Amino acid sequence: MRLTVDHVTRYTYDQPVRGVVQSHRLTPSSFEGQTVLDWRIDVSDGLAGGQFRCGAGDRIQSWSVQGPVTEITVRVRGTVETTDTAGVLKGHRETVKPALYLRDTPATQMDGALETLSAAAEGSANPLEAAHRLAAAVADAIAYRPGTTAAHTTAAEALALGEGVCQDHAHVLIAIARHREIPARYVAGYLFADAEGRAHEAAHAWAELWVPGLGWVGFDPANRCCPDARYIRLGSGFDAQDAAPIKGIARGPGQEKLDVTVAVLAAQQ
Amino acid sequence: MTVYFNEMYQDGLVRPPYLRLEDWMKTMPSEFRQMKQAEAEALFRRIGITFAVYGEGGDPDRLIPFDMFPRVFTGQEWARLERGIKQRARALNAFLADVYGRGEIVKAGRIPARLVYQNEAYEKAVVGFVPPKGVYSHIVGIDLVRTGPDEFFVLEDNCRTPSGVSYMLENREIMMRMFPDLFRENRIQPVDSYSDRLRRTLASVAPMKCKGDPCIVILTPGHFNSAYYEHSFLADLMGVELVEGQDLFVEGEFVYMRTTEGPRRVDVIYRRIDDAFIDPLCFRPDSMLGVPGLMDVYRSGGVSICSAPGAGVADDKAVYTFVPEMVRFYLGEEPILQNVPTWQCGKADDLKYVLEKLPELVVKEVHGSGGYGMLVGPKSTAEQIESFRVKILKDPGNYIAQPTLALSTTPTFVAEGIAPRHVDLRPYCLVGEQIDLVPGGLTRVALKEGSLVVNSSQGGGVKDTWVLAE
Repeated sequence: MRLTVDHVTRYTYDQPVRGVVQSHRLTPSSFEGQTVLDWRIDVSDGLAGGQFRCGAGDRIQSWSVQGPVTEITVRVRGTVETTDTAGVLKGHRETVKPALYLRDTPATQMDGALETLSAAAEGSANPLEAAHRLAAAVADAIAYRPGTTAAHTTAAEALALGEGVCQDHAHVLIAIARHREIPARYVAGYLFADAEGRAHEAAHAWAELWVPGLGWVGFDPANRCCPDARYIRLGSGFDAQDAAPIKGIARGPGQEKLDVTVAVLAAQQ
Repeated sequence: MTVYFNEMYQDGLVRPPYLRLEDWMKTMPSEFRQMKQAEAEALFRRIGITFAVYGEGGDPDRLIPFDMFPRVFTGQEWARLERGIKQRARALNAFLADVYGRGEIVKAGRIPARLVYQNEAYEKAVVGFVPPKGVYSHIVGIDLVRTGPDEFFVLEDNCRTPSGVSYMLENREIMMRMFPDLFRENRIQPVDSYSDRLRRTLASVAPMKCKGDPCIVILTPGHFNSAYYEHSFLADLMGVELVEGQDLFVEGEFVYMRTTEGPRRVDVIYRRIDDAFIDPLCFRPDSMLGVPGLMDVYRSGGVSICSAPGAGVADDKAVYTFVPEMVRFYLGEEPILQNVPTWQCGKADDLKYVLEKLPELVVKEVHGSGGYGMLVGPKSTAEQIESFRVKILKDPGNYIAQPTLALSTTPTFVAEGIAPRHVDLRPYCLVGEQIDLVPGGLTRVALKEGSLVVNSSQGGGVKDTWVLAE
């Protein structure tokens, strides 16, 4: 599938800021499931910083904007050719050891309810089945409802609420997988939602779990599936904050307002 | 009754390195000694060196007692120590390069994966990145104790930002000023080249994108930090700028410092701040300290950070046990310096042994420092031992235990005259393009009679440390 992305993030400040520094994880890597055909990032008045590929295989580039400035626009445009690998991340070059992703973060800390939910994996014949069962349990436990959770909502809070968005699904799955000694990480990316599909959110997130023999396998509890040709993978991290496609800090007292539009379309073949 | 090795005597005779000091000691009138002691204290006060050693906390304005009786090594003794220290510093750096790369030592089963990859000090952001010259820890502080003429043990390694080197330099400076005769009578190897050597080491790891003479800075948390004196002292000696996070900013591919003449590009940062405060975009989003974007510049070869973030994975007390294994694995050599035998309370067999022998052992927290939260079995009451037993049982993995070492003593001035007091030693090994060590280090002394704890927060002092020329 050939997908095109047009992703615009606009930051506005109520008073001019002296400068902005951002770290972007906004360029997909190529691997078996996806090939980047073209990709460009424009940052208004931005000066491109060094770029490199991090240990997890993500392309990272920093940008700085000299102030005073009251508005910054980050525009990402590109085309990616994707294929369905049933969620298995194949041919992805990375050096971080899976065991590192057993580490907790504040967003994925366990509580009693998460522990109960993690019991869904009990009696599984193999790790792959355990992973599938955990993902299904998360989908059952948390209904998709935008607006009830926020960026800082933790896995435990989302589960208590019983609803949330893709970020919450991913955090809960990661928390209970790690609890069962399955390395798990947060993945940020894009999702193509076709006309009749029930796919949510074009700027999407899911989880990857480490399955011996297969490697990293994606699970998207929000859509009750494993990532396929509709998914573009940007990068990963311990949790949403760590995997964020854009991290930035503005110098100055200005209050920041954020406006995001994402369009993912299937290109005409 | 344990017999402690007094470094000045052997078989009832004065050991050669101390021969000339015997006279000095015996002929010094007590009024003269008191006068000199007061003079030393006044000098320390004047230069303002009152900070706590090794970040132990406590009153930052308290003066750490200086003992005028030097501690002396022969050139031959030092030659062996030097080989051992350099060997260890090389192995620790090889370990860091490995665990942030292919992880061969874990694959080979020589160290448990959990101790490395689930270690809090292990930084994902450094994985796959190779710093200039492949060096991660540029200043390695190795804490040594001695138990006999030829027996030395490593107590712990410090791969992050070991402090205390300003004491090594100031102790010498003050001794030379007060007792110039001693420095004529003894052939003492100088230590004052440390700052030049540190500068050379830092310059040798300038980043890929640096052309020409690198601009070096020291990054300090600020004047409220207990080691601020040392940061400014080293910056002065090296002739480099001392900066705080707010003095630096990232633009494009580089880091700049604000100066009165406009921005100046910075190539090497000798940071004396913790990993968590280097870059809020990478480590602590809630922190306003640090330099946003610094890690991206670092990882794309625009600046060097010394030591590398994540270097601490090589120096925690649980990883310590495996350092001799690192020496064998990476260097194919036998370790010259021995570890203290260590029991991991996280292991069932070790825990059983530790609980049985608690009154004889020293028990420490894995991440503790400064002599706090530890148990010295032989010096504790039955009640203290029992309450510590409860603490260990609550969280065994958080504790290690070691035998109570018979730390050597050296003659020390005390109220009654001269008496033996227990000492340790921290040399500072520099690792850059080359590996370098000044002949000396910081000797800490437990001033309380019988005390084995040399930490300044527990009543420890410092001494000048001499290495004699052959």
